[in-house]
Amino acid sequence: MVKSGKIIVCPGAELSVSGDVLVISLKEDLDHHNAASLRESADQLLRQEGVRHVVFDFSGVEFMDSSGIGVIMGRYKQVIFTGGKAAVCGVGQTVDRIFRFSGIYKIIDRYDTAKEAVRALSRQV
Amino acid sequence: MEDFMKMECEKRLLLEFDSKSENEGFARIMTSAFVAGLNPTLEELADIKTAVSEAVTNAIIHGYGRNPGIVTLRAAICGREFYVEISDTGVGIEDVCQAMVPLYTTRPDMERSGMGFSFMEAFMDELEVHSAVGEGTRVRMKKQIGAGME
Repeated sequence: MVKSGKIIVCPGAELSVSGDVLVISLKEDLDHHNAASLRESADQLLRQEGVRHVVFDFSGVEFMDSSGIGVIMGRYKQVIFTGGKAAVCGVGQTVDRIFRFSGIYKIIDRYDTAKEAVRALSRQV
Repeated sequence: MEDFMKMECEKRLLLEFDSKSENEGFARIMTSAFVAGLNPTLEELADIKTAVSEAVTNAIIHGYGRNPGIVTLRAAICGREFYVEISDTGVGIEDVCQAMVPLYTTRPDMERSGMGFSFMEAFMDELEVHSAVGEGTRVRMKKQIGAGME
């Protein structure tokens, strides 16, 4: 069981666990360069017992390309396998265009803040 | 698409960099700085950054893979037109039409979404891909800046 509040800092992001939700706060552009280390750190926490959902917080970044879609889809596939959900929050205009174009909103929810996302996902049974 | 390097243009840019992933951000920053003189909107700038990022990432991942190589980025501003070309001398693409099909990827193991070319097509006005197996790939794109202001 992962202790709530545990934080992992990887290049480009800070990951923390809040209840049964993994919150990935992006700090740098989400591109192919940052994707690999982020995937590794996220999967390390997602493998732990007790983490069911994942939230990507984009409030700290303004850029993402299709590599980011791959990262989100990869984590989404993992969490739905165990009944969890994936969400994004703090999405600015630029990243929002990428999400809308990719059609990702059909399968993941969008919230304004990480707090709101964690609260909503924690209620999911 | 015309070879913009042979056209009469006000500004030109030529960059050559190693096929290392840290240079993806570098390519975006340099392109943004280059195009800034045209006073693009934030949306236009984001479109260009995304398209360049996709093309450079393709050159690094698919063109060269684990082998070291040089990615070349050329750009030009001709009037209100922004032109950019990203090329590599890597493995090349066997079937360009298939590579451009949305969601098609040869690297699902790397969680590639297969949306790179779709983004380039969507965010730029014109896209042209030329590739030869064993010789490399050249992606040319064009975008009019301020098109929405007319």
